[in-house]
Amino acid sequence: MTTGEPLIVLDAVNKWFGPLHVLDDVSLSVGRGEVVVVIGPSGSGKSTLCRAINRLEPINSGTITFDGQPLPAEGKALARLRSEVGMVFQSFNLFAHKTILENVTLGPVKVRREKPAAARERGLALLDRVGIANQADKFPAQLSGGQQQRAAIARALAMQPKAMLFDEPTSALDPEMVGEVLDVMTSLARDGMTMVVVTHEMGFARHAANRVIFMADGKLVEDASPAEFFANPRSERAKDFLSKILTH
Amino acid sequence: MGEFFRVLTDNGQLFVDGFTNTVKLFLIAAVGSLVLGTLLGAMRVSPVPALRAFGATYVNLVRNTPLTLVFAFLVFAVPKLDVNIDYFPSAAIALTVYTSAFVCEVIRSGVNTVAAGQAEAARALGMTFGQVLTLIVLPQALRAMVPPMMSVYIAMLKNTTIAAGFSVLEAGAIPAYMAERGEPQFAVLLWITIGFLILILPLVALQRFLERKWRVAR
Repeated sequence: MTTGEPLIVLDAVNKWFGPLHVLDDVSLSVGRGEVVVVIGPSGSGKSTLCRAINRLEPINSGTITFDGQPLPAEGKALARLRSEVGMVFQSFNLFAHKTILENVTLGPVKVRREKPAAARERGLALLDRVGIANQADKFPAQLSGGQQQRAAIARALAMQPKAMLFDEPTSALDPEMVGEVLDVMTSLARDGMTMVVVTHEMGFARHAANRVIFMADGKLVEDASPAEFFANPRSERAKDFLSKILTH
Repeated sequence: MGEFFRVLTDNGQLFVDGFTNTVKLFLIAAVGSLVLGTLLGAMRVSPVPALRAFGATYVNLVRNTPLTLVFAFLVFAVPKLDVNIDYFPSAAIALTVYTSAFVCEVIRSGVNTVAAGQAEAARALGMTFGQVLTLIVLPQALRAMVPPMMSVYIAMLKNTTIAAGFSVLEAGAIPAYMAERGEPQFAVLLWITIGFLILILPLVALQRFLERKWRVAR
């Protein structure tokens, strides 16, 4: 699956929230086309790790490289980098004052300066791909959570990103809507999208991930294939975590 | 009753001149403070610490200064720096400088009503700070800003009367002229009150219109 140099490289990354060492010397590389699932107990730093990759969270030390370039500081260069990394949030964050189709076309038109007609055509195709083409003219609040999250995935894909970050994309959903979002993510993974996915969905980790990263207390504790991780977790923290979530 | 109307008809030109200048002052300062206040508001929510500090300092300095003092500064102190500005422009500048601090805070509080995730999603798409503000945050913040913004502008319209103390013939200057002409002050003040009520009506109507227009944007 992995070819050439890795797309995302984190090297000795540290971040503190006040006295809390939320990322503790984290190093990680994600190859092109690789799907990495990050799991761990809450407060382990996995969301922060995800958000650091497009610098929604600035880091205190270490380096993060995307596609061979170190992450730029604030400004135009950072905006350009962010436009190449799709992000999907736990709370969807669709633009509340725009229709679903406008949500999907706004980035291409305003950031990429694409022609509105072309952006609209691709936007409708993407909405069709995630199964909500018939919702194009509605506002986000009129959609179910699952539909909103699929629209948010379409919005990120509209930028034709090199990688996609998912920060607990199904945690805010009613249980019956988790499947429809995971289906879209699974099909993306199959199509070769590079993905970093913070999630509690062990099923998705098992069948769609190339690697599973286990984090605890800001440290990257394990980095293994899903089969290996779920069958033989090496650390006590991972064994403890898995026993808690898999016994139910 | 006839006497009451006579006060107005006999001095019609004075009322027209006074209220015309009041409206002029108001319109100039309204546009000026909307522009300056929006810039200050943008500074206060910007990611640049120096700009945030400048915005906060401006607001705390100007908002806590009596308007009369701001006028006095422009009319008496600025000429000492060999900068000569006429009374009317001085008054317009004083009102703009002062009102901008309040406009800035209304804009900032409006921005704060928009969920942080909205700006975050916009940044994640690669939008610049200006795009995040103008395309995503401000359009959603407008709804929350309308009522307090109108209060600021209504207060500013009434604040124009301070210019009378600094040699500007506006509505607030009418009573002094009328006293010289020996007109009954009670009638004069009532007419000025009526004048202001009439001027404020369009602002109230504008507030209603905007509140309806932006009511259900979701």
